[in-house]
Amino acid sequence: MQKIMVCIKRVVDYNVRIRVKPDGSGVMLDGVKMSVNPFDEIALEEALRIKERGANIEVVAVSIGVADTQQQLRTALAMGADRAILVQTDAAVEPLTAAQTFLAIAKKENPDLIFLGKQAIDDDANQTGQMLAAIWERPQATYASKVEISGGKAAVTREVDSGLETIEVDLPAVVTVDLRLNEPRYVKLPDIMKAKKKPLDVTSLDALGVGAGALLKTVKTEPPAQRQKGVMVKDVAELADVLKKKGLI
Amino acid sequence: MHKVLIVGEHDGKTLNPATAKCVTCAGGIPDVEITIVLLGADTASVAAQAAALAGVKSVLRVDRPENEHPLAAIFAPQLVAVAADYTHVFGPSTSFGKDLMPRVAALLGVPQVSDLMAVEGPYRFKRPTYAGNAIVTVEADPARKLIATVRVASFEAAKTGGSASIESKSTNAALPSHTRYVGAKTGSTDRPDLQTAKRVVSGGRALGSAENFKLLFSLADKIGAAVGASRAAVDAGYAANEMQVGQTGKIISPDIYIAIGISGAIQHLTGIKDARTIVAINKDAEAPIFEVADVGLVGDLFQIVPELERLVSG
Repeated sequence: MQKIMVCIKRVVDYNVRIRVKPDGSGVMLDGVKMSVNPFDEIALEEALRIKERGANIEVVAVSIGVADTQQQLRTALAMGADRAILVQTDAAVEPLTAAQTFLAIAKKENPDLIFLGKQAIDDDANQTGQMLAAIWERPQATYASKVEISGGKAAVTREVDSGLETIEVDLPAVVTVDLRLNEPRYVKLPDIMKAKKKPLDVTSLDALGVGAGALLKTVKTEPPAQRQKGVMVKDVAELADVLKKKGLI
Repeated sequence: MHKVLIVGEHDGKTLNPATAKCVTCAGGIPDVEITIVLLGADTASVAAQAAALAGVKSVLRVDRPENEHPLAAIFAPQLVAVAADYTHVFGPSTSFGKDLMPRVAALLGVPQVSDLMAVEGPYRFKRPTYAGNAIVTVEADPARKLIATVRVASFEAAKTGGSASIESKSTNAALPSHTRYVGAKTGSTDRPDLQTAKRVVSGGRALGSAENFKLLFSLADKIGAAVGASRAAVDAGYAANEMQVGQTGKIISPDIYIAIGISGAIQHLTGIKDARTIVAINKDAEAPIFEVADVGLVGDLFQIVPELERLVSG
């Protein structure tokens, strides 16, 4: 194994309470804190741990997005990625377009493994890794909670609805990661300084021959229906009464 | 005429209830004909269950030994072959469907709409984004095949009483050998399945230990409920991964959800807001869970839960 590619998305920070624009044209993003998608941070951490087990492996972080996405790639470099590539675009990129873009990069870089988060916490689509694996014509191991590499293969334990499932895939492969694969490291100040000197290449969808192709049209964005605030009961006996009256127990 | 192909989920014996919910979702499309496709080593008995769902016109069985385990890399090329005759292909937003459907979409070169929560037209749907805090209406191009996953918590299960035709279908799709099934570890339990249970008792970090979760299991068994957990409880090791409810865990819609010692992080609430009745028990009167609860009780769960169990078993 020589190279691991990690795909990273710039998203609204996990702790921001999102608000929908009153005209229904989207969500308010002005001045909102942006971060690396938390699942992608876990993906990068896993790549770094494999690298740190002693093998001579290069870790390349790749992102698609606006110019400011360089901030998130610098975070990835500070965590320990060796270099970064930004495919710069102002267009909203759908999962299929993202997969086609990552494929174009993968064809140049020839990684043995591509790690991604299982989903981005903005569009919650949960598609890009699977789509990339499909068009790369390589295996996919989604929702990984354990990854073991040996001899050109990866044994991946996956979090599925019924519990855990293990599959074995030949490399190269795409692995999408779940919450409990690892706990990402904190970035230290000296690492941030060092990251400034690491290479960060900027390219474009055009240069990669990928069309931005908006295949789906978002016609409206609205806040979810609110639940009515209910009643407070004073003790367990009253709670049991209410539930019995409602026929729930 | 819109022809919807639904990818049925099953374990070889039982059709997953998520499939019946996909049928209801597809039934919301005007002028529609619904087909369920089943891939497996032997789908005879699940095909009979699928054929009994009201509103289904036909059931296709794609039986071959390689289909014993639901591997996306193996299933996807076969579904691409079967999908040729359909305008829409739907799968459930379960770990099975979420893994499989985007691979099918990408092989077909078309986009996917994830987590349909409402059908507004044959190519117009609502879906949640930002952990359910922004609901978007999306329109897809009618000239392309539409691939989608169905947010099962948003739909009732289709009733039985149907009598669809059942036919075997073979494809000459080439299957890759690069992906192999090794094994599974399932949290085997006699309790109802969390995703489809009518009643759910769920615990948070305030439980304090895996040992204390037994309080919830005991209550759950008295009322025939499934047991869930918040991400905090799972991260702390108090509950198994597959018990997690929320944005990145399971999205559920039981008749009653009893949240015990769960503060109600936004990512948790997105997993339960389709519950018919939410009951919250928490010692912190300011906990956000009380903002969405239909019935709330402030107090010590270690006193409340055993007493509630005694009162409801009387």
